[in-house]
Amino acid sequence: MAEENKVKLHGVWASPYVKRVEIALKIKGIPYEFAEEDLVNKSQLLLQYNPVHKKVPVLIHNGKPICESLVILEYIDETWKNGPLLLPQDPYKRAKVHFWTSFVEKELLENVHLVVRSEGGEQEKAIKVVFEKLKLLEEGLKDLFQGETHHIDGENMGILDIVLCSLFGAHKAQEEVLGVKFIDPEKFPLLSSWVTAFIEAAVVKELGPPHEKLVAVYQFLRQKTLQASAA
Amino acid sequence: MGEEVKLFRSWSSPFALRIVWALEIKGIEYEAVFEDLSNKSPLLLQYNPVHKKVPILVHNGRPIAESFVILEYIDETWKQVPLLPKDPYERAMARFWAKFCEDKVLTSIWSAFIKQGKEQEEALVAAAENLKFLEKEMKGKKFFGGERIGYVDLVLGWLANLVSIFEEIIGLKIVDEEKFPLLYSWMQDFAEAPIIRDNWPPRDKMIVKFQALLDAAIASSSSSSSSSK
Repeated sequence: MAEENKVKLHGVWASPYVKRVEIALKIKGIPYEFAEEDLVNKSQLLLQYNPVHKKVPVLIHNGKPICESLVILEYIDETWKNGPLLLPQDPYKRAKVHFWTSFVEKELLENVHLVVRSEGGEQEKAIKVVFEKLKLLEEGLKDLFQGETHHIDGENMGILDIVLCSLFGAHKAQEEVLGVKFIDPEKFPLLSSWVTAFIEAAVVKELGPPHEKLVAVYQFLRQKTLQASAA
Repeated sequence: MGEEVKLFRSWSSPFALRIVWALEIKGIEYEAVFEDLSNKSPLLLQYNPVHKKVPILVHNGRPIAESFVILEYIDETWKQVPLLPKDPYERAMARFWAKFCEDKVLTSIWSAFIKQGKEQEEALVAAAENLKFLEKEMKGKKFFGGERIGYVDLVLGWLANLVSIFEEIIGLKIVDEEKFPLLYSWMQDFAEAPIIRDNWPPRDKMIVKFQALLDAAIASSSSSSSSSK
């Protein structure tokens, strides 16, 4: 492959944000090199590539770095036009996908993180908020899919699928560690069947990480929270 | 052609102002629907049930909410006077900086305005760090979009109006001309561009509004600190 076209992804295996980019690269069939970063001891290269946030993922293409997972996903979609599209072509459908992606990112994701990082009354409150947001998402999906079954087969995952997968792909691990069932098929039938579909998608399975590792990640995060409050 | 474009906005929302600017820059005819956000219309609630906020763009009866989403929709639908660059890498840079402006710059400057004591000090430090990145990004450019106003300028545009209002109310400098000369001159150039200049909300009304918000924030923080846990 020409040096010019080389694609390199700087990331860590445990980051769902990095996972988003990996899924997109695989769906598009883009070969890439993965560079595992140490986020405790950040490399000079990472600090050079992402001086503003000093975070992963960073995608390097044609020697130029792109940061922020959602920005990277759109870049990938606009640069590699062969293969499945991550966003619809029609501006209005595109706007709807953008809207719900933003919703998952800002309203759901942060509150799920809060559930992991809090306890007692604060955690109860955060759990309540997550359920409220999930209800809104379930309603939104009805409008988005408009009665059609949203068929995910790993070949046609779009940005919204990818972002939701990066949050709730680990829902079983979240359930096990947090003791809360967010992806409840009785409360959220559309969302649950959608989450199940993309967990089963070949590209997602291939990328992992496996259930036990996810449980370990959540247990670690939970331990940190409980230790911090006990201190 | 039968195009119907409506913009639900309020008199002061900086987020809705982004859309006003985008529509006017592109020369798109639209009807502005002013909402009283303390008394939201049934139509607003119907068009944006998730967030119940402005701005909402309604194009041929179909609503779009969230200012970033609307800006991209406008740019994709009306191709004249593009807001985003054509090249995918340049587009990625524009989106990166827009996100930075929203997540970091706006948040830290708002905190610097609305918080007190130590929290305010910390917010001012964070704001200055964030502004340094923007100052660097401005090198060699008149606007973030280059020679003319683009996507990032519209996203950050609130700075050119609101910062001086915040500074007047709290009596502290947030964007120091000496520390951030490029950003400071950007603020002047942006504010003076005809479409921008003609659409600022009335300054005296803004001062009253934000002073009231600050007073309310101070009142609620002092009452919560005087109550026991």
